[in-house]
Amino acid sequence: MTIERIGDHILWKRQPPAVVAARFAGWLVLVAATLWCFEIMTRDTIWSFVLDAPRQGADLVGRMVPPRWGYIQELWWPMWETLNIATLGTMIAIVMALPVAFCAARNTTPSVLFVRPIALFIIVSSRSINSLIWALLLVSILGPGSFAGIIAIGLRSIGFLAKLIYEAIEEIDASQVEAITATGASGAQTLVYGIWPQILPAFAGVCVFRWDINIRESTVLGLVGAGGIGLNLQASLNVLAWPQVTLIFIVILATVVLSEWVSARVRHAFI
Amino acid sequence: MSVASGTRWHPQPLIADARVRWALIIGATLYLILALASIDVNWRRVAEGIPRAIRFIGAFLPPDFTSRWGDIWAGLAESLTMTLTSTVVGILISIPIGVGAARNVAPVWVYLLCRSIIAISRSFQEVIIAILFVALFGFGPLAGFLTLSFATIGFLSKLLAEDIEDIDPASAEAVRATGASWLQWMNYGIQPQVMPRLIGLSLYRLDINFRESAVIGIVGAGGIGATLNTAIDRYEFDSAAAILLIVIIIVMFAEYSSSWIRQKVQ
Repeated sequence: MTIERIGDHILWKRQPPAVVAARFAGWLVLVAATLWCFEIMTRDTIWSFVLDAPRQGADLVGRMVPPRWGYIQELWWPMWETLNIATLGTMIAIVMALPVAFCAARNTTPSVLFVRPIALFIIVSSRSINSLIWALLLVSILGPGSFAGIIAIGLRSIGFLAKLIYEAIEEIDASQVEAITATGASGAQTLVYGIWPQILPAFAGVCVFRWDINIRESTVLGLVGAGGIGLNLQASLNVLAWPQVTLIFIVILATVVLSEWVSARVRHAFI
Repeated sequence: MSVASGTRWHPQPLIADARVRWALIIGATLYLILALASIDVNWRRVAEGIPRAIRFIGAFLPPDFTSRWGDIWAGLAESLTMTLTSTVVGILISIPIGVGAARNVAPVWVYLLCRSIIAISRSFQEVIIAILFVALFGFGPLAGFLTLSFATIGFLSKLLAEDIEDIDPASAEAVRATGASWLQWMNYGIQPQVMPRLIGLSLYRLDINFRESAVIGIVGAGGIGATLNTAIDRYEFDSAAAILLIVIIIVMFAEYSSSWIRQKVQ
């Protein structure tokens, strides 16, 4: 906080001039970098296509409405498959994430020096690769179909679940664990009666949260051939059947809203 | 939980009502059986894939950075420029929408309008938006840039609005009591309270946008995802491994540096 005198005026300023100048320079650098990046990014852009966008948009809307409602008959089975991809994928991820989480948490890991870095590396690599990329890889390895989708969702979710669960484990109350250990409980018993009840609410919340995200992600996995409603989306896009695309978007939107509602209800019940 | 002699203590069941508990267990089992029956695994195809899987894992030692370096570099440049520009533009648009979506500073009609913009932006996945934008603006990173900007709006405005709703009203009111105009009130009463978190969220979004930029290339919106898609389609696993490693390293770097900056700011 500084005060500046201009003649007999006293002007209050929030920051000293040096800080103001440094911030201004920082903003200037950011703006310059953004403009420069924009320049590089649009080097190969064909602007006539971009300027054409309003007309294209009007044309697209004209093609997309009305949606082809009759197509819904062919979407029930893909929707069921999508739901299964998300649910089974989440289950696989839960089973695999629990040991990783216990190895990554500082207070339960068998070895801070050796096991913890490996667990953290598993978490980071699983988290940095999107499920669509996992699916791309797995389709080329396992062949197209929902099986690749389930594994892709599973692999992507391990990192997310393990990260949030291990943070919950690190926040537990040590005195309760100590109380269980003091009764002469074995390691497994301490885990079940001392640690598990403390992380259960967080665990349930995280799992349901991830399931909700996975429903969203499994709707587009079919774009790379990994099953679910995305396959119909890809097929409809390929033949430019826009009325079908609209219906698929509506179905996806409804599913996403529904799954968000379910997950909010379940989380509310647990916490 | 009284323990008579000779009986064993049991932990309390999670769901007190036995009927509800059994209904849930039976329902879950039934679902699991139906769901597992619905996936058909072509084991012959899986078996065929095993050598390919081994080849893919083998491709990581060592990954091949050189033979497709030109393509990788072009994709990476597109992804990185797309990430920065879309985050900056997304933030610029999200700030007024976020302010408008905060119930304590905006009138009802502005609030409803801004909340519906947020809802629209949040309910569609990046990939789906990218499909539409590619159809509208043509292939290439400009469609990706627009997609990511659009997705940033939903994320950032919502969190910013929640943050503004949570501010300490006393200091905002103190500024207002000095006779400050609306802009001064925003700038001195509210902005200092939400700025640290806004910077944190922006950095987090930068990180997310980079990750997403690796995905939307699959539907033609430019970036490293397009390069990766091509590499996998050609079964060039050693180049794919190189791209994946680059993505992982950049994400790790972004995550650590953004958490470091966030600690400094907050």
